[in-house]
Amino acid sequence: MSFKLKAIAKSPWVFHLATGTCNNCDIEILDCLTPRFDIERFGIQLVGSVRHADVILVTGSMNRKCAARLRTVYEQAPKPVLVVACGVCSMSQHMFKDSYNTAEPVDKVIPVDIYIPGCPPKPEAIISGIVKGIEKLKK
Amino acid sequence: MRILLDYLIFPGFLFTAVVGMFACWIDRKVSARVQWRVGPRMLQPFYDIVKLLNKEVIVPSENRFVFLSAPLFGMASVIIVSTMLWKTIINPSATFVGDMIVVVYLLTIPAISAIMGGFASKNPLSSLGASREMKLALSYELPFVMALVVPIIKCGSVKLGDIVTFQIIHGTILHSPSGIIACAIALLCTQAKLGVAPFDVADAETEISSGIFMEYSGAPLAVFRLTKYMLFFTVPMFLVTIFMGGIYSLVGILKYVVLLVLVILIKNTNPRVRIDQAVKFFWGPMSILGILAIILALFGL
Repeated sequence: MSFKLKAIAKSPWVFHLATGTCNNCDIEILDCLTPRFDIERFGIQLVGSVRHADVILVTGSMNRKCAARLRTVYEQAPKPVLVVACGVCSMSQHMFKDSYNTAEPVDKVIPVDIYIPGCPPKPEAIISGIVKGIEKLKK
Repeated sequence: MRILLDYLIFPGFLFTAVVGMFACWIDRKVSARVQWRVGPRMLQPFYDIVKLLNKEVIVPSENRFVFLSAPLFGMASVIIVSTMLWKTIINPSATFVGDMIVVVYLLTIPAISAIMGGFASKNPLSSLGASREMKLALSYELPFVMALVVPIIKCGSVKLGDIVTFQIIHGTILHSPSGIIACAIALLCTQAKLGVAPFDVADAETEISSGIFMEYSGAPLAVFRLTKYMLFFTVPMFLVTIFMGGIYSLVGILKYVVLLVLVILIKNTNPRVRIDQAVKFFWGPMSILGILAIILALFGL
């Protein structure tokens, strides 16, 4: 594995993007930063701007207004960037499948690298997902 | 050749970068321990920089030159400050008269480079951050200079080397009432210079999403980060040099670490102030205290 990839794997900065969620996934993501889980041990940080991001963490059943925004945000991120769909809603729209304002799953709009199922996923599951994404990056 | 070596390797770029990364690790580790967390590993700042250097660089505005050169100005000036400080510490008679004034000027350039970069980004939030940084720089410079006048009055010289030798002979500046007041003021101004809480209004992550640095990505962001790490080393080191007599032994290094941890603890125990509160704080109580310290110093206290 090259040194370059190792550095990316050791400090993934996460940009958290909520596309019309019920906020449960968001709360679980913030739980990862608390003393109990403390993902800063692995160099993971939440950043405020997508220009700094290595990982885009998408939550929520993406509604029609958000689809265009999500694409814009993905285009604005400096590559290489990893996209994580967090929660069942962003994977398959869950119970909002037949709703009038949900457009399509996230992976129809942008390429998704990691899927983390759960409603909401546990913090352990989110950490495990990020770790698997990093493993994927190493290959 | 010798100057270039000084600038790039030992007291200059490479050395400052390594020590600055270590200082940043101390910052993050102590912050984590205060919040009852474990905190990152020791090489984390280094990994961050290497990662950022390998990312794509996006230039959002047509003003390419200013956008890309702004971070370099800041870093270049911090390297000069660090080189001068180490030259003074290694050999107090090596520097020139008036180097303290040069250091004060050079220490404002990182803020100016951040302002340039923020305005060149053409992003509303970046412009907001840049204008805040400008107000903040205007407000903290006055008490900072007032605090630095106290050692100058006490030693009767504007040469860093003379101040260090004076303190070796007569004891540190911190042993007098005016010295304590001046050092406290300088410490709070350091907080604003480093851009950490309670004065992190310019790059408030939760409020205007990294403000000035918002549009930066990849290598220019890495340079900004590196400048900040270097400032984490340089500014407390400057205070140690002029108020506590420099570092000459293990105790000297301890002085620096204690000052750094003090900065981090102030950062972790205070919420962010608004920009108008920051300006009021620096132009009000801090400036009055600064005048008081100068008067005390003139009376020889």
